[in-house]
Amino acid sequence: MITQTHYLVLSTALFFIGVVGVMTRRNVIVILLSIELMLNAVNINLIAFSYYLKSEIGQVFAIFVICVAAAEAAVGLGIILAFYRNKETVNIDEMNLMRW
Amino acid sequence: MIDLIVIPLLQIVFVLTGVLIAVMYLVLLERKIQAWVQVRLGPMRVGPHGILQPIADVLKLFIKEDITPVKADRWVFTAAPIVVLVPALIAFAVIPFGSSVSLFGKKISLAIADINVGLLYIVAVASLGVYGIILGGWSSNSKYPLLASLRASAQLVSYEVAVTLTFVSVILTAGTLSMVGIVNAQFNNGVWFLFVQPLAFAIYFIGGLAETNRAPFDLPEAEQELVGGFHTEYSGMRFALFFLAEYTNMIIVSSVATTLFLGGWLPPFPNVRALAFLYYVPSWMWFTLKTLLLLYLFLWIRATLPRYRYDQLMRIGWKVLIPLAIANIVVTGAGKVLLGS
Amino acid sequence: MEGQLAFYVLSACILGFAVLVITARSTVHGILFLVLDFLFVAGLYVLLQAQFVAVIQVLVYAGGIVILYLFVVMLVNLKRPPEAHKDRHRRGRLGVALSLVVLAEFVMIALFGYVGPGVGAEGGGLSVRNVERVGWMLYTDYLVPFELASVLLLVAMIGAIVLARREL
Repeated sequence: MITQTHYLVLSTALFFIGVVGVMTRRNVIVILLSIELMLNAVNINLIAFSYYLKSEIGQVFAIFVICVAAAEAAVGLGIILAFYRNKETVNIDEMNLMRW
Repeated sequence: MIDLIVIPLLQIVFVLTGVLIAVMYLVLLERKIQAWVQVRLGPMRVGPHGILQPIADVLKLFIKEDITPVKADRWVFTAAPIVVLVPALIAFAVIPFGSSVSLFGKKISLAIADINVGLLYIVAVASLGVYGIILGGWSSNSKYPLLASLRASAQLVSYEVAVTLTFVSVILTAGTLSMVGIVNAQFNNGVWFLFVQPLAFAIYFIGGLAETNRAPFDLPEAEQELVGGFHTEYSGMRFALFFLAEYTNMIIVSSVATTLFLGGWLPPFPNVRALAFLYYVPSWMWFTLKTLLLLYLFLWIRATLPRYRYDQLMRIGWKVLIPLAIANIVVTGAGKVLLGS
Repeated sequence: MEGQLAFYVLSACILGFAVLVITARSTVHGILFLVLDFLFVAGLYVLLQAQFVAVIQVLVYAGGIVILYLFVVMLVNLKRPPEAHKDRHRRGRLGVALSLVVLAEFVMIALFGYVGPGVGAEGGGLSVRNVERVGWMLYTDYLVPFELASVLLLVAMIGAIVLARREL
């Protein structure tokens, strides 16, 4: 019997993997990929609860999360491209132009 | 048990074999029709009138040497042709080839899976096919294929938007996303959607030409451009898979257009009582006939029209087709509200 | 019984490929593992009777957003990836430790947080007319967020175009 606890554990594990990816990798594109993993973990949670509460509200919210992820990916990649043109690197440790 | 595994397995084997044979003979048909348009004969040597030419082609591609470039990413290089072919094949799962057939006392429907989001499934699967092109160009580790693959995938992604928007107007008219439901809606309305949504059909067909990299939008793989396009470094069986994928995509586009606009498996004037004798022709035969008609249109256009330049291509996709498709949706929605249907 | 098997297989694949994403040497391999991950998540959504969101996941997420990432990775064609040089200031272990703190926080919330009125263990029973119901909700109850989302996408599109231009 699969209960909502199983889905909670799954989404927590996926979120944790995303957090590890953000904190340990230096390549800024891999950091963005880890953020996508975290968003997917949240989506899994929403859909699982929509299933167990027998209502489609969770699915509607998940669609909005996907929209926001798309917007964030587009703008984030634009920023990376603009930065790469100036500094020739995607290493997040070297993106320190605003440090004093 | 039988219903869950054996019958779908039979359906899948049947459809896949049929599709692969159809693709092989589509290649021959294209060469023949292009030849006749150009007042020559085409392949005539292998078998009577070149009937066995596809078998010779397959043999040739099998025994060609399989070259992998030196610094190419081996896994991705091998995976790219597979990633192009598999989405094209699995899109056949939701296409209704006919109404239903009685075999061994069981009623077997001629659509492998009639899911409630059938049309969206096809769009989703088509968007996965873009990966094979990008990865094929990138993993060849060579300038020209990389540039060509970026151009080809940009073209595909742009025309995908126009095609999806035309699907929205068809969904508005039919009221359902399931493929079988759309054909049934055409039966209930008594008229093919070609006459209700002619602009959507035109936009879908043009978009389908661009999606499958067919003339006049075949810049990414034209022989005179960019060396050989994204499949420059591929040879032998891997190239055969790219080739197969292109023709399978053509058959998918034609089948979807048949289902959405030409009434699927319905005979012409499906509701007219006087023409009921048309139902004696099996439903899958009507489907095949209509799909062949659209495939002939593909081949005819290739033999007739010159190629578009890349910037003209992108301009048509973004500045002409998308606004027209959106206008079509608005008019369809307004029509539905005003006519109260 | 089949539902259980499907859930465990899908979860194992999702978590396995997620780990491969964050530990991949080459960025393109990481992106490919992410695409596979998204496909398995879409499979999980189908298991949860959310067919529309499953197809949208494949269409938008796997077939749109990740293609954007792939394009950028190819345009940012680096000779040596950032991981190639050793950085003394790198504290990878500290990163993992901080992530474990986040995980512990979640576990604490789950175990000791407020538990609302019980949810039935029996889920499902969602209608086959999934698309119609989701569409109805989007256009009646949640119309304002829907319009806001479209404005957000427009703004993001303009922003991405402006940011990626060579000269303003």
